[in-house]
Amino acid sequence: MFSYCTDPDTLDRIRWFSCYLTTGVHMNFYKSFGTVLLLLAVTAPVALAFGFIGAIAARSSILAISLLGRTYTAMVRGVPDIAYFLFFVIALDQALEWVKHRVVCPDWTEPVRQGANFLVCPAAKIPMGNAPQAIHEAYGFAIAVFTFAIVFGAFASNVLYGAMRSVPRAQLETAEAYGMTRRQSFWRILVPQMWVYALPGLSNLWMVLVKATPLLFLLGVEDIVYWARELGGTKTPRFTDYPHGDWRMWYFLGLLVFYLALTRVSEIGLERLMRRLTHGQATAGGDALRREGPA
Amino acid sequence: MSCWQTIADYGLRSLGYGERLLPRSDFTLCQQFTLIGSGMIWNIYFGALALLAGFILAVALAVAKASPRRRFRKPAEWFIFLFRGSPLFIQFFFAYFLFLSLKGVVPAVSALTSAWLGALVVLFLNTAAYSGEIFYGALRSIPRGDLEAADAYGLSGWTRFHRVVFPTMLRLAWPAYTNEAIFLFHATTLVFFSGFPALQQRGDALYYASYFADKTYNPFVPYPILAFYFIVLTLLIAGGFGLMNARLNRHLSAAERPRLRLRPKLIR
Repeated sequence: MFSYCTDPDTLDRIRWFSCYLTTGVHMNFYKSFGTVLLLLAVTAPVALAFGFIGAIAARSSILAISLLGRTYTAMVRGVPDIAYFLFFVIALDQALEWVKHRVVCPDWTEPVRQGANFLVCPAAKIPMGNAPQAIHEAYGFAIAVFTFAIVFGAFASNVLYGAMRSVPRAQLETAEAYGMTRRQSFWRILVPQMWVYALPGLSNLWMVLVKATPLLFLLGVEDIVYWARELGGTKTPRFTDYPHGDWRMWYFLGLLVFYLALTRVSEIGLERLMRRLTHGQATAGGDALRREGPA
Repeated sequence: MSCWQTIADYGLRSLGYGERLLPRSDFTLCQQFTLIGSGMIWNIYFGALALLAGFILAVALAVAKASPRRRFRKPAEWFIFLFRGSPLFIQFFFAYFLFLSLKGVVPAVSALTSAWLGALVVLFLNTAAYSGEIFYGALRSIPRGDLEAADAYGLSGWTRFHRVVFPTMLRLAWPAYTNEAIFLFHATTLVFFSGFPALQQRGDALYYASYFADKTYNPFVPYPILAFYFIVLTLLIAGGFGLMNARLNRHLSAAERPRLRLRPKLIR
């Protein structure tokens, strides 16, 4: 990175670190923080959409759909979420390949599952065997995002279902009295009002999502945990210009601080949002703001 | 080989007894059920001990956080923020490498680098922080009348705490604490995926489930088995805590008792 980095052995401590922390692999490490933030940015809206669909399904008057929605809502209650992460990442991959296999190679007669193998025809591989590395990585990341969205969608669906039930019944009765159809009263009355009730749950969910991001590591994505383990391990002079002992503890201390900072920033941001939404509301929170006087 | 034979061979495999080698091919349903069930021993061990020990620290933390004195309040606040504000997964990693470094300096603490103690310590501190926050919330919502009544009876100090404050706090916190207990047991599945080595393949339920999924490349058998075990465990915990809830609220009629509801909210 810097011009004086050509011969690390001769450097003093500060310069040594300035060179060490700007090597190519460290740049990859810093980029993986971007991966985490990207995951958060993509997953949050997708999970919210999943949760919304789940909550609508759970409220459906058709029994089959309602059961489906309720099952989805309930699935995160009894089983550890990590199990879902490990399960979906393989299951989704296999499901996609299997569907593509049925479409692309209808003539294939051999069974797909053969003992300990899962074999689809070569044309049905996702991504294709000869695809560049970047495609493989993007596919892995997309599967990870989808897995996160499914699991967090179930959490969000819980929150939204509860929020929909918290909207005062009288509001909906009024809508019905005005002759609105079920659909109209849902979109025009229920949905706009439910967010106030959903916000505490959703902010809690955001914190949970932030803290779940290191699980990307379990899904095979090269994330911050992966790099912290790689970079922190003991390096001997034979393989690197910057030999050091086992520094993994310090790398993970760094990650710990990163997450604490992220949590703190989120807390402050969500508190501001909540203040804004409660401003002028006829709730205890709104009254408290009024008592504080004009801010 | 009959299923009973498999259970005899692998039932205590997670503790290191029985057959040494794990099955390598031609996995039967019985083998998967037995080994994953065997792994549950670890999940229950971690969860139960962390919960028991964590309870005591949690009460202390809650009382300290509610204390008007800064030198008690600040450390409790920081402790709770540290463990609730960072992912458990990272806590496990950090603690493992910290213990590994400590071992180099003080050989006496080498037991901390193995899962049975090291991970237990992390889970203990973690659940203490989460439950501490729950108890703190409950402490703050004790009805003023209860405390005034205690004062009127001339209760003070320890008597006031253990006759009035503590039972009321527990009663108020119990539904949330039930949730915490359930998700603590769920969180124990992280242990063997976070640095702590599974010596001689002695792992927990998720460890064996992912072993089978990797070997058979078929996630549709081992994970549902794991799910079955955890749903049973969850129901047992909810049932046990429900009994305790009934006992805590035995002065109320059945209709007035607060209901326990399972609310998923904690991935750590």
